[in-house]
Amino acid sequence: MDPSTLILYGVVIGCLLISFSKDRKKTREVLIKAWKSFFMILPAFLTVIFIMGFVVVFIPEKTIAVYIGERSGFIGYLISSLVGAITLIPGFVAFPMAKMLLDNGAGIAQMAVFISTLMMVGVVTAPLEASFFGWKATIGRNLIAYFYSFVVGYVVWMVVRI
Amino acid sequence: MKNSKNTKKVSWKSFNGLNVLIIFSVVVFLFFPREGARVYRVVGQNILFMLEIIPPIFLLLGLFDVWVSREKVTQHLGDRSGLKGTGISIALGALAAGPLYAAFPIAEVMLRKGTSLRNIFLFIGAWSTMKIPMLLFELQSLGARFALTRYAMSFLGIFCIAFFLDKLLLSEDKQNIIKRLKE
Repeated sequence: MDPSTLILYGVVIGCLLISFSKDRKKTREVLIKAWKSFFMILPAFLTVIFIMGFVVVFIPEKTIAVYIGERSGFIGYLISSLVGAITLIPGFVAFPMAKMLLDNGAGIAQMAVFISTLMMVGVVTAPLEASFFGWKATIGRNLIAYFYSFVVGYVVWMVVRI
Repeated sequence: MKNSKNTKKVSWKSFNGLNVLIIFSVVVFLFFPREGARVYRVVGQNILFMLEIIPPIFLLLGLFDVWVSREKVTQHLGDRSGLKGTGISIALGALAAGPLYAAFPIAEVMLRKGTSLRNIFLFIGAWSTMKIPMLLFELQSLGARFALTRYAMSFLGIFCIAFFLDKLLLSEDKQNIIKRLKE
């Protein structure tokens, strides 16, 4: 296990012990909540890992690289940003997905754009957002977030490359 | 206060799609044993990797959810709250759990309690892309450089978004939003 994972385990176990010493009932609640949210994400999680398994085995690395690879250019950005903006993939599923794609030919900038748009832009949820904030604010927020995601992709690519 | 929102039933039904995939993978394995075995190997490796890093992150999510009461803090986020208000708004979003659309009803409650619109947009922004448990997960799966750079850029980004939205919306738009949310 890598050291940062161990530290994470240490911190969380420490917090749990403090929580337990302060309030047993609340700590029970914490454990139940953790288990429930884990169980809720599990199907989507396993499904995506399975689909990605097929993708990386059956789609040659070259093909992935052509569409969303380091040199895929504008098309790569467009594909990853649109997929990110439109789909509703939970982050806990998106990260392993991005990792598997990165290991198999996808570009860093493209994956950063994908994750950034996925989190900040919500085309499907826009009507809901508009019912709270109105269309002007909703479209404004989503558009700025969409274009800003390209900046994020570029900067992440620069920093990781150094 | 929105904790009770988690009413979605946890059930085995949601595993249906997965069953189909598993059956499909068996068929693939029978016809293309070499590729099929590779699929299983890749899937197995990734599941193991994720199982290693997921438990502490979900426990952390549970801890936040139970111990951080959003209601108490939101009272200090009005128009004159200044830097402290900015900080609290971002922290509230970053300590949250759940998808972005779960943030809207909370934003509504915050606005009712007098949080300024700028702080609301910062809160929404932080919720969308700066959640701490997500950061930890991203750190583990995509590496420190990737995750930290993206996090820093997101931090800048949510200020940009809040700033531009503030400029974009005329005061009459703002009144409308506030009126709508207060209804």
